[in-house]
Amino acid sequence: MELEFLELTELRKKLDNKELSSVELTKHFLSRIKNLDKDYNSFVTVTEEEALKNAKEADDFINSPGENPFLCGIPYASKDLFSTKGIRTTASSKILDQFKPAFDATVTKKLKEQKSVLLGKTNLDEFAHGSSTETSAYGPSKNPWDTSRIPGGSSGGSTAAVAAGLTPWATATETGGSIRQPASLCGLSGWKPTYGRVSRYGVIAMASSLDSPGAVANSVVDLAHLAEIMSGQDEKDSTTSPVPVPAYAKNLSADMSGIKIGVPKEYFVDGMEDGVKQRVMEAVKHYEKMGAKIQEVSLPNTKFGSLVYAIVCPSEVSSNLMRFDGIRYGHTTKDAKDLMEVYEKSRAEGFGDEAKRRILTGTYVLSAGYYDAYYKKAQKVRSLIINEFKDVFKQVDVLACPSSPNVAVKIGGAKDNPLFGYIADQLNIPGSLAGLPALSIPCGFGRPSDGETPSLDGLPVGLQIIGPQWGEQIVFNAGFAYQQETDWHLKHPGLA
Amino acid sequence: MLSREEVLKLAKMARIALSDAEVEKFQKNLDAVLGYVDDLKQVDTSGLEEVSQVTGLINVQRDDKVVVEENREDIFSQAPEMKDGYFKVKAIL
Repeated sequence: MELEFLELTELRKKLDNKELSSVELTKHFLSRIKNLDKDYNSFVTVTEEEALKNAKEADDFINSPGENPFLCGIPYASKDLFSTKGIRTTASSKILDQFKPAFDATVTKKLKEQKSVLLGKTNLDEFAHGSSTETSAYGPSKNPWDTSRIPGGSSGGSTAAVAAGLTPWATATETGGSIRQPASLCGLSGWKPTYGRVSRYGVIAMASSLDSPGAVANSVVDLAHLAEIMSGQDEKDSTTSPVPVPAYAKNLSADMSGIKIGVPKEYFVDGMEDGVKQRVMEAVKHYEKMGAKIQEVSLPNTKFGSLVYAIVCPSEVSSNLMRFDGIRYGHTTKDAKDLMEVYEKSRAEGFGDEAKRRILTGTYVLSAGYYDAYYKKAQKVRSLIINEFKDVFKQVDVLACPSSPNVAVKIGGAKDNPLFGYIADQLNIPGSLAGLPALSIPCGFGRPSDGETPSLDGLPVGLQIIGPQWGEQIVFNAGFAYQQETDWHLKHPGLA
Repeated sequence: MLSREEVLKLAKMARIALSDAEVEKFQKNLDAVLGYVDDLKQVDTSGLEEVSQVTGLINVQRDDKVVVEENREDIFSQAPEMKDGYFKVKAIL
């Protein structure tokens, strides 16, 4: 019985029919993690004991009368950036190596209320700073399609775990590409919500004006269900919106007739791999066959997105990471003679290279004399990018473009390259700056530019669908329609 | 390129002790990042307001209501050093 790649609706049916218990399902995934994760390094912490206890409780609930919540008894993994009360939460940083939060993130709480079963916490780039998981203090995760390659990042532990069938789905977060890019590289469906749609409370902060908690799964239908559960206003995050959460899953429609799809020409950048371009254009043609109206559009300031991000993100990072003082929680130095040394040495020992680089960059661009030239200028260009998207969404319903300029690269590419992430995420960042909802869905395979193909026809390519603010439904519909017609999302890596 | 002293000043402000090798590396890295963003200067932003958030929400407040959270022990259990119910720090003076 191949349970590991079943959609959530299938698992729900099996649990409701008593074909399968949550304990059986949970044991299935725990044993896969135990046997296979040594090859992928996708988990930082496995919560076996709690998982089995929660699965038993879910079974008791299922066996009692009444309706079961959609995720009741279904296992999941959580990016190790989501606070989990009493369970180690590291952000893949040594500074939080032994940290056990005193509270749950709002998303964690919502999933607990559903009686979900947490299997463990997944690896990420340290504090989500990166696009490959190579900046993790616990070593890089590996792409299940080819373990010599990155899974993408920062949510690379989550995508590696889902792609390897170690969990049916996983939480993830985006600041600028950290869901879409790894979903694309691992051949999964990933949802980056509208900023303010999902509460950031208890999600360890990276860049607060951009951080968007979301999910990766095996299909858009799964994501639509998860979005309904994870979204909503939260009094603990004042940037969450009172805009009502639609019944995304129930409302899913595969009818693309008359839907206007814009193809932004600036998203087909120099250096993009041919395989990526071809697969995405084939997907666009597919939409045309389904009755959608395709039109080329222009977003001329796209190329400045990553530049704005390279200022705004480190600025907010430097501010957010000041809370780590070696006194209230987290790593503290053993070697300090006064208070200043406690701060300076605890932070020096606790933070990795990329965190230090972003803190110093942020400190520089926010400091007196440079603020106007860098930070203020960047936030003005950000306005320009937002306005450009607003104009384009007057002409079209959604945008279709590649999620990443390339398929997965070899592990090692990000090392000592301070610009790796800004370039890797250049097609995701503009939408993030504007707070827009988006999906990455698998649309075929492409050959990597380094020429080494592991097997098959290459590595997964992701189609990105971007919608207007709060436009999750149309984005999900477009993804759903494509997955009704194609089976790319049903392909899985040939696992050992 | 940023001077050694500039990087050390930033590190002081950011409360991070740096090794000599790190100072040298970050001189180069920051130079690369600042070079990368340099093209922003050519963008015409006259008449544009800078944006700091995208939600359109203004002055969000919650009810002024007392909520009791019994998590004092859980919070303190994470501190490296405590004394008599207080966080312990090194002498400041």
